[in-house]
Amino acid sequence: MIRVELPQHLRTLAKVGREVQLEVPGEVTLRSVLDALETRYPMLSGTIRDHVTKERRAFLRFFACEEDLSHDSPDKPLPAEVVSGKEPLLIIGAIAGG
Amino acid sequence: MSEVRVLVGTRKGAFILTADGKRDKWEVSGPHFAGWEMYHLKGSPADPNRIYASQTSGWFGQMLQRSNDGGKTWETPGGEQMPEPGTFPAGVSNKFAYDTSPETGKPLTTHQWYDGTQHPWEFKRVWHLEPSLTDPDIVYAGIEDAALFRSTDGAKSWHELSGLRGHGTGPKWQPGAGGMCLHTVILDPSNPKRIFIAISAAGAFRSDDGGKSWKPINQGLHSQYIPDPKAEVGHCVHHIAMHPKKPGVLFMQKHWDVMRSDNAGDSWTEVSGNLPTDFGFVIDVHAHEPETIYVVPIKSDSEHYVPEGKLRVYRSRSGGNEWEPLTKGLPQSDCYVNVLRDAMAVDSLDKCGVYFGTTGGQVYASADAGDSWAAIVRDLPAVLSVEVQTLK
Repeated sequence: MIRVELPQHLRTLAKVGREVQLEVPGEVTLRSVLDALETRYPMLSGTIRDHVTKERRAFLRFFACEEDLSHDSPDKPLPAEVVSGKEPLLIIGAIAGG
Repeated sequence: MSEVRVLVGTRKGAFILTADGKRDKWEVSGPHFAGWEMYHLKGSPADPNRIYASQTSGWFGQMLQRSNDGGKTWETPGGEQMPEPGTFPAGVSNKFAYDTSPETGKPLTTHQWYDGTQHPWEFKRVWHLEPSLTDPDIVYAGIEDAALFRSTDGAKSWHELSGLRGHGTGPKWQPGAGGMCLHTVILDPSNPKRIFIAISAAGAFRSDDGGKSWKPINQGLHSQYIPDPKAEVGHCVHHIAMHPKKPGVLFMQKHWDVMRSDNAGDSWTEVSGNLPTDFGFVIDVHAHEPETIYVVPIKSDSEHYVPEGKLRVYRSRSGGNEWEPLTKGLPQSDCYVNVLRDAMAVDSLDKCGVYFGTTGGQVYASADAGDSWAAIVRDLPAVLSVEVQTLK
């Protein structure tokens, strides 16, 4: 199972706790994890990446294993620790606003 | 006994204020959607318990919320949690995808950017939701970048009425300081095919065929801040109001100037008259007197607060030109709030109730058509919108 940690407002929207666990078919990438997340929790569609362009929202970041994956290709395989479920993929609301 | 429900959208959540027909004791519910910008909430005239809400955030984008019980509980239409993957269609209630050219797949048109170049339309947020007068599942959304969308399935899915951008003037539209937003949608109760909309900074438009085709209705508007002050489009219309019993008469608060039209927008005349300043955002019409209108003058386009530190609603009982200040119960010193374009509404009780919210977080109510005012709440986040439901 892939573990994904959500920012507070998205937890409220999806009515879930801090972390959700997802079955991700095929290769585990940012794209496949977000596809699985939006399939399981349709109300999160459009909140993490744009509906049409699929680009990450500007004020969100993806972290895992103490690395910033935000600018990686969405099709790059995620770290082995995320694939094994040892570490979560963190979706973080950037600190913005001054 | 009648009841009044006031739907308040603020920068950090939504609030629902309720009172009986006396309108002197209020219950406050909220914040709903705490921490989100709630641009607009509006109830269906066909089913008052059906309320739509625009929930938006710089971090997470746009959400659409719907209530079927008068705002007690909410759901994201189509966004129900799936028991098992693959068993339910994905939620698309927040998907506003602009139409593209069927031949090329490219954007229908571009608009003017701040530097004079052409720029593609990009969805930002929903400014205004206008439920159908007759069907609770039909609702219109005015969005930024300016376009009109319609849902016929209770906000589960949205489709653009792209004839608005396709009538030819789209490339001349440009964003105002607040963005290029479609903020006003008025449905004509006497003619289901007629829709009015307004855009900052493009102007007012009318459709007489249910939204398929549109024409600019800006003749008579004069805007000194644009290259051609009498241009067909490019005017910064802030809000338009209509009395349902006189749907051919429209009242407009423009960037500067208060205007009226007696021919459904075909031409406009200025009715600013003796107002202390004719800049402002809100305008509304008395529920029972189609020639009694309300505005809140704002000092200037760069000083977005009431003049002289005095919060004054101005009322005209003659459809404009002659205005009287309404001050009883409103602060008359050291007040520097603004009242945004969707932040005034009226109820349909007798006497007519008038409500408005300020950027300082106050929501004021008058149960006597504006003669006297009292704050229902004083310390909400900045108020973006106020709508009222009169429940029998």
